[in-house]
Amino acid sequence: VAVFKLVLLIAAVVFLVVACGVAYCSLRYRGRGGAGEPRQLFGSIGLEILWTVVPLMIVIGLFVITVRAMVLIDVPQDPASTPVHDLVIIGHQWWWEAQYSPFLVATGDIHIPVGHRMLADIVSRDVIHDFWTPQLARKVDAVPGLNSYIWLEADAPGIYAGTCSEFCGVQHAWMRFRVIADTEPDFRAWLKRQAMPSPAPTGIAVEGERLFQSKKCADCHSVVATESQPGRGPNLAHIATREFLGGGIARNSQASLALWLTDPQSAKPGNRMPATPLSANERDALLAYLESLR
Amino acid sequence: VSDWLCAIDHKRVGILYMLSALLFFLAGGMEAMVMRAQLSAPNLKLIPPEVYNQLFTMHGTTMIFLVAMPVLTGFGVYLVPLMIGSNEMALPRLGALSFWLQLFGGVLLYVSFATGSAPSAGWFSYAPLSENPFSPGPGVNYWALALLMVTAGSIGSAINLIVTVATERAPGMTMRLVPLFVWMTLVTSVMILFALPALAASLLMLLSDRLLHARFFDPAQGGSPLLWQHYFWIFGHPEVYIVVLPAFGMISEIIPVFSRKPIFGYPFVATSSVAIAFLSYGVWAHHMFAVALGRNFLAVFAAASMLIGVPTGMKIFSWIATMWGGSIRFTTAMMFAIAFLLEFTIGGLSGIAFATVPVDWQMTDTYFVVAHIHYVLFGGTVFALLAGAYYWFPKMSGRMMDESLGHWNFWLVVIGFNAAFFVQHFLGLLGMPRRVYTYPDLPWFGALNLISTLGAGILVFGILLFCANIAMSLSFGTAAGDDPWNAWTLEWAAASPPAIENFSAIPHVRSRRPLWDQKHPEAPDWAQV
Repeated sequence: VAVFKLVLLIAAVVFLVVACGVAYCSLRYRGRGGAGEPRQLFGSIGLEILWTVVPLMIVIGLFVITVRAMVLIDVPQDPASTPVHDLVIIGHQWWWEAQYSPFLVATGDIHIPVGHRMLADIVSRDVIHDFWTPQLARKVDAVPGLNSYIWLEADAPGIYAGTCSEFCGVQHAWMRFRVIADTEPDFRAWLKRQAMPSPAPTGIAVEGERLFQSKKCADCHSVVATESQPGRGPNLAHIATREFLGGGIARNSQASLALWLTDPQSAKPGNRMPATPLSANERDALLAYLESLR
Repeated sequence: VSDWLCAIDHKRVGILYMLSALLFFLAGGMEAMVMRAQLSAPNLKLIPPEVYNQLFTMHGTTMIFLVAMPVLTGFGVYLVPLMIGSNEMALPRLGALSFWLQLFGGVLLYVSFATGSAPSAGWFSYAPLSENPFSPGPGVNYWALALLMVTAGSIGSAINLIVTVATERAPGMTMRLVPLFVWMTLVTSVMILFALPALAASLLMLLSDRLLHARFFDPAQGGSPLLWQHYFWIFGHPEVYIVVLPAFGMISEIIPVFSRKPIFGYPFVATSSVAIAFLSYGVWAHHMFAVALGRNFLAVFAAASMLIGVPTGMKIFSWIATMWGGSIRFTTAMMFAIAFLLEFTIGGLSGIAFATVPVDWQMTDTYFVVAHIHYVLFGGTVFALLAGAYYWFPKMSGRMMDESLGHWNFWLVVIGFNAAFFVQHFLGLLGMPRRVYTYPDLPWFGALNLISTLGAGILVFGILLFCANIAMSLSFGTAAGDDPWNAWTLEWAAASPPAIENFSAIPHVRSRRPLWDQKHPEAPDWAQV
């Protein structure tokens, strides 16, 4: 932020010099006509050198500041060893997944403990994405076949918005996520809750659980947070506790969830979920089952 | 009609280039307006996301390859022989071939709309998004094949311009005496010759991957998605200067004439272009700062990118110094040239901000970039082109453009342009990523986007007024005469419009302003230096 303000200041000063020069010339030297040609001046080596050297100085200063800031922000690189990361963040078309070690996954919301510098390994399962939480970290591309490391750190508890920042296909606009910074005890409690299975379904949700298997939902979606299936649909563990669906395209409500079940392509056009024919009863049973995943 | 279809005269080929560019400009502008309408409020659903992605892909590709490059080539092909006192281009048939390759490349690209599968992977078509699994259908194939044709055409016209400048200059006109527009066109042509083959190579690799199941960009098979980015941007950044340098050349002709003074520091303006050309080949990775490429690697590219600001700054100051102490005539052409100075400076300064890597790590791929490129390419190139159109239209048609329509044209474009794009700086700072078909209703997003859309609407009116002015002036404009602006370079010694044979007698040139020498035999330029 400090660097940006400085750049802005320099830019403002330079623009002012140019604008004043242009305005002064335009007003002062407005042709009155009939006065003959003005004095013909071809140039001045001294002036040319002046307006080469001064910008050069500015640029050199800016470069020094740039390198310093880069050292401060970026994860130091040691080619001899692979960094030990705290979590892996995976970009998919078009949702984000966080993998905590040992195996524990979360979709859409990424929890981190306040005041702790988390080393995140940013990867992609398909095309190039870009992981960007403006308030917390630099942006970095998630490139297939490449591990890119950033530090993710929040100074205060809160919810920080993030989004994919590299064009990645039809639904690039809805590849949003949230980083939720908890206090250390809250973070531990969250990890524990995630690892626990949801309470057993009751009522029509039992039927829903059976449909979840027979309608092949389970082929792509896991409902256990400690099980990761790379490259497939998002993990649905504890889905009832989520605030948003589909990378932010809709709030998590019964209506929006029902739309995903019956017509995924109108819930989020272009997404990878195939349409599954469901009767109204089957839909309600599946909904009840998903609602039971707390 | 067949006169025009078979034309090899440089003036006709030049006008064909300009007209085709104007048509594609209107198409690209319409694409932009549909996008701005979709973005005018949060969560709108005017067009499906796939169509939005096709539109911005076509908009970017059109404006760069089918508008900016051809229109500048058109001005070059039209003006260079006139400015250097020649009757023809060195290779007139190659000139015609280059134009038709260019035009049919554009037509091929637009045919993709009719097949229902326009490319939607962006004008930069990053692999692996542009590969078969993620972009099925023929859209990207159309895109790559069309650009291969355009590339061949551009290289042809570049060779033609280089040979023309090298061999067709009037007696006495050394390289130290050619007009600056010719200098910049020459430098641009050399850049095209070295940059476009990198694009052609990457397009061939992409087509091999898509059609022949090669694996250039597939990491699972030992390829690399970053290979595409390196190739694309080693073409892509020089490309920015390819579409800006000739505009610099136009400004360097227009400001002196309407300030009634010679250009300030000719050798510096010319040399700084060569410096820009060299540096532009060493800055490509600044489009890839968000990729974790290693700190030292990035620092080198940051340094080169900042350095390029220095020769660019030299030019801006030289133009202001040219106005200083002059006797300025505020024609529409001069007003656009002055506006160019301000708008381009904003675009240049936001460019320096991006060279500052930590700033780039936040602002890249946001609307801040969208604002930046439009200040460079619209505030820079298009403003200079509008200035150039008002300046050279009398030479090309024999008639003056209407000045009062011109003033309306100017103010609508200036107000519309700044309203549309200045607010996008703020959208970027607020965190709005680019290339999104819609956005959530976050604070300020809706209001700023609405302003931007309204500005774009005003801008469209300004551009339509320009087209109307051209159409009306062609029939009703007052006769221009050979030299309506009391200018100094050789094109104004030819008739307006010039005969098939530009000059009945090739003049002998002794200074940079041969017509000044003629008009002021008491104080010719060649006696000064």
